[in-house]
Amino acid sequence: MNSTPAILVSSIGKHFGNVRAVDRLSFDVQAGEIFGLVGPDGAGKTTTMRMLAGVLTPDSGSATVAGHDIRLDPEGAKQDLSYMPQRFGLYEDLTVDENIRFYADLFGVKRKEREQRSAELLAAAGFAEFRSRLAGNLSGGMKQKLGLVCALIHTPRVILLDEPTNGVDPVSRRDFWQILYSLLAQGVAILTSTSYLDEAERCHRVGLLYQGRMLFCDRPEALKKKFPGGVIVVHSSDPERVHGELHGANGTRDVLLVGDRVHIFVDDAAKRLPELQARLDTAKVPYDSIEQVTASIEDLFVSAVEREAARQSPAKLS
Amino acid sequence: MNQSVPSVVVKNLTKRFGTFVAVNDVSFETRHGEIFGFLGPNGSGKSTTIRILCGLLRPSSGQASVAGIDVARNPEAVRQRIGYMSQKFSLYNDLRVVENLEFFAGMYSVPKKEIPGRIAWALKMAGLEGRERNPTSSLAVGWKQRLALGCAVLHRPPIVFLDEPTSGVDPVSRRQFWDLIHSMVGEGVTVFVTTHYMDEAEYCNRLVLLDRGSIVAMGTPTELKNERMKGQLLMIECEPLGPALELLQAVPEVVDAAVFGSGIHAVVADAVVAAPKIRELLSAKQLHVSRIEQIAPSLEDVFVSLTATRGASTKSEAAA
Repeated sequence: MNSTPAILVSSIGKHFGNVRAVDRLSFDVQAGEIFGLVGPDGAGKTTTMRMLAGVLTPDSGSATVAGHDIRLDPEGAKQDLSYMPQRFGLYEDLTVDENIRFYADLFGVKRKEREQRSAELLAAAGFAEFRSRLAGNLSGGMKQKLGLVCALIHTPRVILLDEPTNGVDPVSRRDFWQILYSLLAQGVAILTSTSYLDEAERCHRVGLLYQGRMLFCDRPEALKKKFPGGVIVVHSSDPERVHGELHGANGTRDVLLVGDRVHIFVDDAAKRLPELQARLDTAKVPYDSIEQVTASIEDLFVSAVEREAARQSPAKLS
Repeated sequence: MNQSVPSVVVKNLTKRFGTFVAVNDVSFETRHGEIFGFLGPNGSGKSTTIRILCGLLRPSSGQASVAGIDVARNPEAVRQRIGYMSQKFSLYNDLRVVENLEFFAGMYSVPKKEIPGRIAWALKMAGLEGRERNPTSSLAVGWKQRLALGCAVLHRPPIVFLDEPTSGVDPVSRRQFWDLIHSMVGEGVTVFVTTHYMDEAEYCNRLVLLDRGSIVAMGTPTELKNERMKGQLLMIECEPLGPALELLQAVPEVVDAAVFGSGIHAVVADAVVAAPKIRELLSAKQLHVSRIEQIAPSLEDVFVSLTATRGASTKSEAAA
């Protein structure tokens, strides 16, 4: 794409005392693209969002939002973006409808557009029956949904969402993703952070942040291919025994109990699968199937973060 | 603890608030050493059921017993035998780590002699040894979560309720948390989990899916994925997505279609019949199809297919 990206971040940095919250971070988000930032607590996701939203000033580097330099023209940038922080400022003593109206006024949304848009958003959020309920009387998940509705009541060029779906149920979450995708089709750029990797899968590109730096940045399918080694999954009526038997086997890095399955992370799946299978057979551990599967983004994420942590303090691991 | 007796028994449980039926004739049992997942949309009756099981609400009809104790008759005794941890962690941020543990030990009436041993156990479990004197407010979310779990199980309850336990916790801490849960389960504890995240539901041995107060599905994650999905799932990759989605939503064979990342997930009755039809239709409209194939449904696909069909009718009513 040869047009200017909707968000362009160049070597941006931010310190808090001795802590380097964001460390020479660079990435871009194109119009019509949804970009997911994932990372452990303290990785710099929220700090990055706040800088782009004009709430924090970077110490170094530069960034533009919808063409506005966030240091030189923060007000211009704010006109073109919508930012939903983790705790969105709802008025608890106002009703659902009143909160929406308040934000529509704040963003200068025209009356006609407002009615159509809020009807659409409320239906997607499953709020139709709760329009006159006080925001303070909504459950956590419902409050989160109302925050999203308020943040999306206008159509800016850039949307920043900080862990937008915490506590929101899968049906509503899917509906919200449909709304986000329809905004993308209108050329809006979306930057979202999430700690759930099934959400990351829905982004066009994903950046893994750790200690303020980008460890990986790519399309979800490409990221999965970067997982070092392979993943073998065993289905069993007695996953605990499988776990006990395979723990510490040759070439295994980690053995994880996941419900009625056991995930085994190995250096070489093709080589280790028959070895592990033989081990289960010899020990007469019951299992329904043993097979190689594609690594998930979460698998890559956890292995990358653990490797980074080990690199920085090798003593701690031993 | 008698391993052959179920740890939680719920029989025809119903809870009404006025005319609203929050929990409608729900029955299930959990075993010792089982992770039992409770899923459902907001307002499906999960929290109400858990409040009844914790002895905080009385059922309108039906029975529930926890660790062999009837929750309606003897709620105080139930509360001594359960641990409860919510997404808000209910820790005292202005207390030190060890002070939080001492506080909960007192609240749960852990015998004085056992307190030092239990606190040492909890610190070790949570990986907080050496941080006893740290202010709780200074801990990262992952540590706080493990401390909250330690506080909730200091009195060795046979049943632990976790209400969206890893909301806002990063994946690395989440895996460590589940390792802890598995080790507790290995000792025979029953763990009850509510969650909205399907990657978390995958960690459960068995799942119950609630919708509008009723159970719509129950089974292991694998059973739900293999047997309960209504229809089959097609992954369609084509350009451009927007018009393709509109076209697909109008196809009679397509029960549901939604954008998923760079493709579309479409639910159809029979993938083998529908795939060539869809390819032909999209190609006829000059849309380039690069991939169309049947994929295994995720738990989320199953969840949505079982709950959204009922939701969809009300949605169209609301729009009308």
